[in-house]
Amino acid sequence: MTSPSESLDQRYARRRRTERAMFAATVAATATVLGILLFLLGYLVWQGASALSLDFFTHLPTPVGEAGGGMANALVGSAKLLLVAAVVGVPVGFLGGVYLAEYDGGRVAFAVRYAADVLNGIPSIVIGITVYGLLVVPFGHFSTLAGGIALGLLMIPVALRTTEEFLRLVPDTLRDASLALGAPQWVTVVRVVIPAGMRGILTGLLLSLARVAGETAPLLFTALSNRYWSPGWLQPTASLPVMIFTYAIAPYDDWHRQAWAAALVLLAIVLGANVVARLALGGRSTAQT
Amino acid sequence: MRLHTDRTYELQLEKLRSSVLEMGGLVEDQIAQAMRALTMRDRDLAQATIARDHMVNRLDVEIDDLALKLLALHQPAARDLRLITTALKVTTDLERIGDLAEHIAERAQELAVELPIKPTIDLPRMADLARGMLHRSLDAFVREDEKLALAVCSADDTIDQLHEQLFCDLISFMADDPRTVSRAMRLLFVSKYLERVGDHATNIAEMVIFMVKGRSIRHLDRPPRDL
Amino acid sequence: MDMASSTLATAEVSSAKIVVRDLTVRYGSTLALDRVALDVGDRQVTALIGPSGCGKSTFLRCLNRMNDHIRNIRIEGSVSLDGVSIYDAAVDPVELRRRVGMVFQKSNPFPKSIFDNVAFGPRVHGLRDRVELREIVERSLRQAALWDEVKDRLDRSALDLSGGQQQRLCIARALAVEPDVLLMDEPASALDPIATAKIEELIHELKTQYTIVIVTHNMQQAARVSDTTAYFYLGRLVEVGPTEQIFTNPSRPETEDYVTGRFG
Repeated sequence: MTSPSESLDQRYARRRRTERAMFAATVAATATVLGILLFLLGYLVWQGASALSLDFFTHLPTPVGEAGGGMANALVGSAKLLLVAAVVGVPVGFLGGVYLAEYDGGRVAFAVRYAADVLNGIPSIVIGITVYGLLVVPFGHFSTLAGGIALGLLMIPVALRTTEEFLRLVPDTLRDASLALGAPQWVTVVRVVIPAGMRGILTGLLLSLARVAGETAPLLFTALSNRYWSPGWLQPTASLPVMIFTYAIAPYDDWHRQAWAAALVLLAIVLGANVVARLALGGRSTAQT
Repeated sequence: MRLHTDRTYELQLEKLRSSVLEMGGLVEDQIAQAMRALTMRDRDLAQATIARDHMVNRLDVEIDDLALKLLALHQPAARDLRLITTALKVTTDLERIGDLAEHIAERAQELAVELPIKPTIDLPRMADLARGMLHRSLDAFVREDEKLALAVCSADDTIDQLHEQLFCDLISFMADDPRTVSRAMRLLFVSKYLERVGDHATNIAEMVIFMVKGRSIRHLDRPPRDL
Repeated sequence: MDMASSTLATAEVSSAKIVVRDLTVRYGSTLALDRVALDVGDRQVTALIGPSGCGKSTFLRCLNRMNDHIRNIRIEGSVSLDGVSIYDAAVDPVELRRRVGMVFQKSNPFPKSIFDNVAFGPRVHGLRDRVELREIVERSLRQAALWDEVKDRLDRSALDLSGGQQQRLCIARALAVEPDVLLMDEPASALDPIATAKIEELIHELKTQYTIVIVTHNMQQAARVSDTTAYFYLGRLVEVGPTEQIFTNPSRPETEDYVTGRFG
């Protein structure tokens, strides 16, 4: 690399050139990522902002050809779906993560971890069709519950692995300290390890929820959609992603605008969850100190 | 014996050891010179011996400085700690022996201007014994040989006896001829100085035993037969 | 073996709180401790020294069974505390650890308030009475020479304390469950000289009430704080004796080489 004849000045100049080139490359990469995000946001705002109004949040969709209306039912529907998803996904994911991090049981743990990774890799539409086969076909109708369960299943691997990862970030010295004080292991886990990793875990759970909030494919088979308020947990319901899908492929300009608005709202929700997770919960992870 | 992982430390300990030896050699020489000045009645040699005492003192200070530096900077333990504390104490004895050589040279100067007294007293033999003890105690120090050191301790009795005998001889000499009192007294001093050299050599040997075995045999009524 | 028995004699002079015999520990096929026999004197400070990987920390962790959680570990031999074998099936490790407290190399306060840190142990053991808890917290913090520095901010997070204070908090936390024995695994290795001196002074004071076993890489620290020093090398106990003797005139050449800095 360095020829002996090269003077110190030359070497220094060469290093400076390399340094500048690398710096420029990283700046370019950062700018690209940021640029895509900003473009997406800008485009959504440009396309969707005109259809956003108070009505969008409070009114039902109007019949074809009739102007105005909103997606109140889809907003509520998405919220209900996510609630079911959380009820299904959070306990399983959280407890599984605790098991993996704290009760490392050799083969069993390996199997669970491996299964979670495979589950994470399964396309969401496969989850959807499975739930469709198990919970929709036998009962004869689409339901909010089935949709929420599908989302919950999608959530489990992410929730489980993030819980495990954040618990692993809790230093062993804390576990040692607790055990050395005569605390049994379960007390150590409940009173020391989980509190220490709680901020991180909550962040992870929130992000996993935000992640499934935008899922569309599994809902097509399960929660389907609904032009009106969903009458109950066992009935089909509208949801933002499916509404976007339906409205976007419909041949009406008015619906297109509504779809853009819905997309903007969905992105805002996901982005909001991220920001909340980072600012409020991730602000100071006690696991790091 | 393994070397220190810290080479600088090892070198400084070696320097300490060789400085003690250098000082010991110098002091031995001083005794020899002073005794030659005494027997040859050579005032110049006596003067030169006195003048050289500052070299002994300088080494004393140097060794103290080095030992303190080692103690402060390296927190020595075990064998090294004992070497350093031994060096500190041995130099005190060596410095005292140097002073005694100076005193002998002073007496030599004074005696050189007076008439010799007969019979000649056997001071040279005593000086040889004392120097031999000093030499062997330093040998024991370098070789870490506690047996040799123990032998030095036992040799002290011989010198003490010689001094006792000289004392009696000189007393009777003075009684016979009171005009010799001042000269005989000076010779008696020299005998006492040499006896003191033997004591210091014994001290050094005892310190060497402590250094090697980590056990002090000082202030016992008699040296132990075995260690 | 005769080595172990000859060095043992010196330690047996005082009454032994902990008696270890033939302790052999393996991690899988790696031998971590090889037939170690050691007596730990009651209300004395025993220092364990030796190079990294010599087994001294493993030994320390055997004394409160903190090694139980390590997979693939095999522990043989006997360890008894006040004459009762602690590896006996009838002994509850949880109860044992209440009696044998531990302070770690890296100060590890819980991310809780100062008060909750110290009260953790007593609470785990079922104490709920607020007044009593306050008393224990104050007494423990005083014992750890930390009370005056934190008495006005017991509700503040323990993580806001300085490193040295955190370590003394950990000592207070260990003392709060009123152990007999305090194990310290390099308690001052991450601290500055002033904080270290405070910990060492604290050890001198605690010695009147507790039996202390301390692992340290700092030989001068072992020399300063301990009554008895044990030198471990390659999983074996090479020599144990009065600290003064180990540092001025050890009986085994391996010990001599180590304390004088001849590491080969």
